[in-house]
Amino acid sequence: MLSSVPPIYFLIVSAVIFAIGAVGVLIRRNAIIVFMCIEMMFSAVNLTLITTSHHLNSLDGVLMVFFVMTVAAAEAAVGLAIFVLLFRGRGTIKVDEINLLKW
Amino acid sequence: MTAGSVFYWIIFILTALTAIFAAVMVITRRNPIHSAMFLVLNFLCIAVLYLLLNAQFIAIIQVMIYAGAIMMLVIFVIMLLSVEEEERRRLMRPSPAQVMGVVLVLILFAQLIYGVAVEVLPGDLGEFSPERIAKLGDIKTVAGLLFTKFLFPFEVASILLLVGIIGAVILSKKER
Repeated sequence: MLSSVPPIYFLIVSAVIFAIGAVGVLIRRNAIIVFMCIEMMFSAVNLTLITTSHHLNSLDGVLMVFFVMTVAAAEAAVGLAIFVLLFRGRGTIKVDEINLLKW
Repeated sequence: MTAGSVFYWIIFILTALTAIFAAVMVITRRNPIHSAMFLVLNFLCIAVLYLLLNAQFIAIIQVMIYAGAIMMLVIFVIMLLSVEEEERRRLMRPSPAQVMGVVLVLILFAQLIYGVAVEVLPGDLGEFSPERIAKLGDIKTVAGLLFTKFLFPFEVASILLLVGIIGAVILSKKER
């Protein structure tokens, strides 16, 4: 068949992108960039699901990615509304300065 | 090795390297707009990887929803909040917490690589071989599953989207 690259290379690419996204979440202070890094990690995990479902001759992974994308779309709408609200109320979206839930 | 598989390898390596490069650029750029643009590039590369994995429907959805809709929303919000200047002003110095976070992520990465490289991919082969998917078409096969086996999650997803819309409207409504 067409696929001549073993699945492990796809999985390694996915792991690298996931790790880069996790580094971004931990070191960046801008909430929107943290949000974008989370989206990047989502799509890295989706790549894992598609890879395994392709190599196991199954479609369950594809359907799962479909639902992950639905959740990501809803999360983007609500999350960005929360950022706008935070900026309106506190004048900043730096994650260091949003500490209302900190004890 | 046939010509087709050499071509497949070339496309895979180019796309994977571009995706990783774009991911690094997303977390290192100062300006959020540049980060967003590199994230779009990353999403497009991942869509090409989906095409290589014979998942055309998901590739199209990736371009339309992630690279189109979600990133457009993100760029709107970046422009609305105009956070570019304050981000550019300050010099970034790594704090101990950030160094610690990077170390922890490196450990996580080593575990991920161990998990995918050392163990053999488990599981039995399913019934949807590439030939069977090619006979009916990717989208028709996915739709058939979506309206039979996955009907209940599909309905739940529609309710989730409705709740998301209502939540966004209520959150962004002005109170006075």
